[in-house]
Amino acid sequence: MSVAVAVGVDVGSTTCKAVILDGSGAVLASHVEPTHPRIEDQARRVIAALRDQVGAGELPVGSTGYGRKRVPGARALTEITCHARGAFRLVGKGGVLVDMGGQDTKVIRLGPAGDVADFAMNDKCAAGTGRFLEVILGRLQVPWPEVAPLVRGASRAVPVSSTCTVFAESEVISLVAQGEPLDGIVRGLHQSLATRVAALAGREVDGEVFMSGGVALNDAMVEALALALGRPVRVLPTPQLVGAIGAALSAR
Amino acid sequence: MIHRRRIEFEVAGRVVGPALAAFERAKKATRGKRAPKKDSPFGPPLEATRKLKELMTTHYLKGRYADGAVPVAWVTSGFPVEILRPLGFHAVYPENHAALCSVQRLVPELSDVIEKDGYARDLCAYARTDIGSVVSGKTPVGRLPRPDLLCCCTNICQTVLYWYRALAAHFQVPLFVLDTPFIYGSAPAHHQQYVRDQLEELVTIAEKVSGAHATPDELADVVRTAREGTRLWGQCLEQSRAKPAPWTGFDGFFHIAPIVTLRGTAACNDYYRMLRDELADRVARGVGGIKDERHRLLWDNLPIWFDVRGMSTLLAERGFNFVCTSYTNAWAEAGSKIDPADPIGSAVVAYTHIILNQDLPNRLEILSRLSRDYSVDGAVLHSDRSCKPYSIGQIDLKQRLSRDLGIRVHVLEADHGDPRAYAAEQAEGRLTAFMESFS
Repeated sequence: MSVAVAVGVDVGSTTCKAVILDGSGAVLASHVEPTHPRIEDQARRVIAALRDQVGAGELPVGSTGYGRKRVPGARALTEITCHARGAFRLVGKGGVLVDMGGQDTKVIRLGPAGDVADFAMNDKCAAGTGRFLEVILGRLQVPWPEVAPLVRGASRAVPVSSTCTVFAESEVISLVAQGEPLDGIVRGLHQSLATRVAALAGREVDGEVFMSGGVALNDAMVEALALALGRPVRVLPTPQLVGAIGAALSAR
Repeated sequence: MIHRRRIEFEVAGRVVGPALAAFERAKKATRGKRAPKKDSPFGPPLEATRKLKELMTTHYLKGRYADGAVPVAWVTSGFPVEILRPLGFHAVYPENHAALCSVQRLVPELSDVIEKDGYARDLCAYARTDIGSVVSGKTPVGRLPRPDLLCCCTNICQTVLYWYRALAAHFQVPLFVLDTPFIYGSAPAHHQQYVRDQLEELVTIAEKVSGAHATPDELADVVRTAREGTRLWGQCLEQSRAKPAPWTGFDGFFHIAPIVTLRGTAACNDYYRMLRDELADRVARGVGGIKDERHRLLWDNLPIWFDVRGMSTLLAERGFNFVCTSYTNAWAEAGSKIDPADPIGSAVVAYTHIILNQDLPNRLEILSRLSRDYSVDGAVLHSDRSCKPYSIGQIDLKQRLSRDLGIRVHVLEADHGDPRAYAAEQAEGRLTAFMESFS
């Protein structure tokens, strides 16, 4: 039986993710829940629950995400480092990692040894992130499971030029008012976002492209991104947990 | 009246300023020397810093009494002030004043004043701070003297043109615009002639405004002093080629003040001689600006004035030091080209070859040279929302620097003056991730 060796906690802007790893770096247990304003309490509770689940005692803890400094007793590292380490553990080679989370979109270039060769992030606002999609799809009353079929079925994309969440919301409202089809608007939104991420990735995207973060669970976004980058995008297994896995690997 | 103002001006500069400084010194002495915090990541504080404060306090104190006593010119940072000094002008640097306001986090308040009048927040924070300060009369230095002449040079940006026009409309005083064509490669002869013609016109105008006349020897003296000051400043910076660097790049941002505002004066040169000697002594003793220098970085663009302390601590705690910056270096480069044997001709060359007036290949050459000379293993290029001329092309510069020199380069989005255009948490996260990528 595998022995638990480390805990990783990724306190993101939207969700709190936690994993327990064994000595080989495999995930023994994991947990995802919405981020609570009292991060210390939440982290303590989540860690204790995971330890109980696998019957482990005290373990070294690594933390990442916006709330990383609030996780008691943890070694805190940035999401860039942790996503890179987590992704490298999962794929075992270099490439380009696109992580789309609630409030950040990161493009990380992984060296052949898993080192962070370079990275770029979205500007300080939440344009081009999960939050952007969440707000606007919420406004359009499109539930997540329906997004991908809707986008695939659209006969055309209605261009959405704003990437500012607030402006895009008004733009989308006016498009709806003009009678534009819902599926076309949603497809346009995904295209707009993907183009922005592709711009962030820059001119030199070489090697395989991987995707992590909660937004990677949205197939429509993955497809739009592949189209914008002109190359296939491989979604990492358990894309939401990549940061937490990287944090746990760093705790050791 | 002029006579009385002149006495007040001289007393402020020669008596009150030094007396205030002596009082501050005495106050500190009675409190005893504060022991540096044990857990501080920084080396011992520079002794020269006290003198710097005295120098700048006296400069601004004198300024309060300058108008009506001596001719006053407001000038941009890249203006050939050497031509004005022998005519007795007191020079005010709105950019330096704005930096001071930013350090004290006064920019939002001053900017709000003129945003109400329709000035866009997208304008340079220096311009907004300065015009806001003029319109509201608010300043941390007590009072800025009213100008008799406004002088701007387009070698740093085009914003200065409109900014100084706004000042001219407000003060109803003459504005001299020195237009320096942008340099692609090197400045052709007709560009140089164009700038020379303007400088000769400047002499006439400045003489008319001041009612004074300078002999060629007097002009040559100021130029000689300015060149020496520039060279001394360069020597201060060069001390950081040593490992560990004896001070931090962030220290340099503050110690730059005299070469900007007092260039061409003996006080400026005395100061830098003292600073250079102190730094050289630290190098000889192996004393670093930070206690544990593990990585050496280059900084491009202006500093984030309102967060210099926070950022320098973040870096120092992890063993990172900005050992050179293109900004502080700029003040050691251009001025060294001026020549007392040919004040006007050499000023043409010096002031058209400011880093911001040069194309990307030139800028790349400067950054590459600094990276090599100071043995850096990384660079942070500050993409400054307030200073587009300095920020343009940084993605290309980043690619070339990392490819050609094999160093890690990060582009950091921030602003040199306005904290409202800056996300501290995100900036800290990006810098931390950048530093983590070194391990």
